[in-house]
Amino acid sequence: MAVLQYLINGLSIGSIYAIIALGYTMVYGIAKMLNFAHGDVIMVGAYISYCVMIYLKMPPVVAILAAIVVCTVLGVLIEALAYRPLRGTSSLAVLITAIGVSYFLQNAAQLIWGVAQKTYSSVVTMESVHLFDGKILITGEVIVTIITSAVVMVCLTLFTSKTRTGKAMRAVSEDRDAAQLMGINVNRTIAVTFAIGSALAAIAGVLLCSASPALKPTTGSMPGIRAFTAAVFGGIGSVPGAMLGGILLGVIEELCKGLISTQFSDAIVFGVLIIVLLVKPTGLLGKQIQEKV
Amino acid sequence: MKKNIHSMNNPIRSLWNNKTRRTTFSTYAVVIVAFVIMQLLDSAGMLSYAMRGQLIPICVYIVLAISLNLVVGISGELSLGHAGFMGVGAFVGAVTSTALQGLIPDATLRLVFSMVLGGIFAAIMGLIIGIPVLRLRGDYLAIVTLAFGEIIRNIANNLYVGMDEKGLHFAFLSEEGLHMSDAGKLVMAGPRGTVNITPIATFLTGFILILITLFIVLNLVNSKEGRAIKAIRDNRIAAESVGINVMSFKLKAFVISAILAGMAGALYGLSMSNVTSVKFSFTTSIDILVFVVLGGMGNILGSVIAATILTLLPELMRPLADYRMIMYAIVLIVVMLFTWSPKLKGAIEVVTGNLKEWLGKLTNKKEVGTNG
Repeated sequence: MAVLQYLINGLSIGSIYAIIALGYTMVYGIAKMLNFAHGDVIMVGAYISYCVMIYLKMPPVVAILAAIVVCTVLGVLIEALAYRPLRGTSSLAVLITAIGVSYFLQNAAQLIWGVAQKTYSSVVTMESVHLFDGKILITGEVIVTIITSAVVMVCLTLFTSKTRTGKAMRAVSEDRDAAQLMGINVNRTIAVTFAIGSALAAIAGVLLCSASPALKPTTGSMPGIRAFTAAVFGGIGSVPGAMLGGILLGVIEELCKGLISTQFSDAIVFGVLIIVLLVKPTGLLGKQIQEKV
Repeated sequence: MKKNIHSMNNPIRSLWNNKTRRTTFSTYAVVIVAFVIMQLLDSAGMLSYAMRGQLIPICVYIVLAISLNLVVGISGELSLGHAGFMGVGAFVGAVTSTALQGLIPDATLRLVFSMVLGGIFAAIMGLIIGIPVLRLRGDYLAIVTLAFGEIIRNIANNLYVGMDEKGLHFAFLSEEGLHMSDAGKLVMAGPRGTVNITPIATFLTGFILILITLFIVLNLVNSKEGRAIKAIRDNRIAAESVGINVMSFKLKAFVISAILAGMAGALYGLSMSNVTSVKFSFTTSIDILVFVVLGGMGNILGSVIAATILTLLPELMRPLADYRMIMYAIVLIVVMLFTWSPKLKGAIEVVTGNLKEWLGKLTNKKEVGTNG
């Protein structure tokens, strides 16, 4: 029974990782850069929704929408100001700039909202569900998280496979120059990718803080790194890979915490990642690229 | 031809005409001059308390930046776990120093011993990590080194070490697990980090460590092996096809880098009474990477200067109070954009070109003026 409980909790936290990992993986696939500031966009989303709910006394739905809008704009702005000028240069240069953006967001949040931790009030009003005579507890947050991420994943899969923009995104990630020659506006496509990734980050921020209500300027960095790990775990650049990686990572983490040791869960999760990468160097669903001489 | 004969006759000129020697010479010169200036300022009492506190960390970060440059800049492998090696060195150094307190009363000797042991342990970790990991490429290598750094930090965060008359005791998760006698004292207390440490690190040892690091790295880079490592970076397949053993050279660079990071870590761990494992998380690894990239990939003097300036920058920006860290972030982004963006770079060249022309005109006019 206990194992089932861990599995459910793992599925919930894993879905959040998966949503964040989608942002990482899409941006990596299309712009070939590690967007280290992605985790901090999550934090911004959480703060915006918090402010709308607490200071403006708006219902949670409005708060979520506001967070999505602000994060989308923020994501596009970051891309246009900090990453676009560096496109085509060394990937390390872009990585360092992304780190700079990450520092900037964290410190801006600290200036605006202070260092002190804020207690986030959950956006979920659903009652908890007890199964098997109360042996298993499923909170409203868990249910909402799992449903939301399932919807997000289905929508995103449909978007990338059916719509024109989605197809353009896949084309750009496959071969940027060829896509441009076919008349695809590469700049616009990359901007759309950042917009979607950031909108997903906003949703993830709301879900994350509803599940664990401690909100501070560094809230996003650890889940960000975890989700990045999940994206690599599933094969970076692959959308189904990010989903699978995120959920697996969450489940492994919760099982470790429950069955082995809470203190060593970090070491075990990262250990599993290393073993997977050593056995399958491009991640679970990553493409093997043949090297031509 | 004439020039050549001339340069052979004059040893100083021949030193100056060889580009490699010139960079090597100026690197040493800058470090030594900077050390002398800092010493003079310090003895004249012109350094603030905060600045004096930064002297050893600057040495530590310089060594870390040079050693990471060996991996990232020279060997071309993106490593995000450098702080892990620093952590290994810091904790091994702290434990060694405490354990040897009775055996070696001389602080300097004990410090050297602790640093060497910190380096050895970091080398072992470097080997364990390097052998499997260096087979991976690019961003996968980056994430695995990051993961290893986090594992080291996680283990250190739960490690308890105590010392009593019977010797050292190790345990995980709790102090009770140590089973020490009443006279025993804690050295490492899990999340609280190192405790009861006598700070024995000095600015002079830091300076000597920088010189040793420069000696090792510059000699390696300019040797046959260094050229092999750079060849692997530039074209792995071509290097392999001319008979260079890729794994062994990459591993050599990685382990040397780990040793230097471990020694720097030991110096850091022994420069203050308490160091927690949070210090060795990936944020520090990234900070060191920023030094390397801003200083210039593969440019050793660049790493030295970038590490010094960026360590001092938050200190120098103290008058900005709450805004200093955000200014640091903005400076970082702007510098990256201006040094790397093709468009902005072009714009700067136009501006500096105009400026030079204008200055040229100005000086010409002056000359004309004095002549007339």
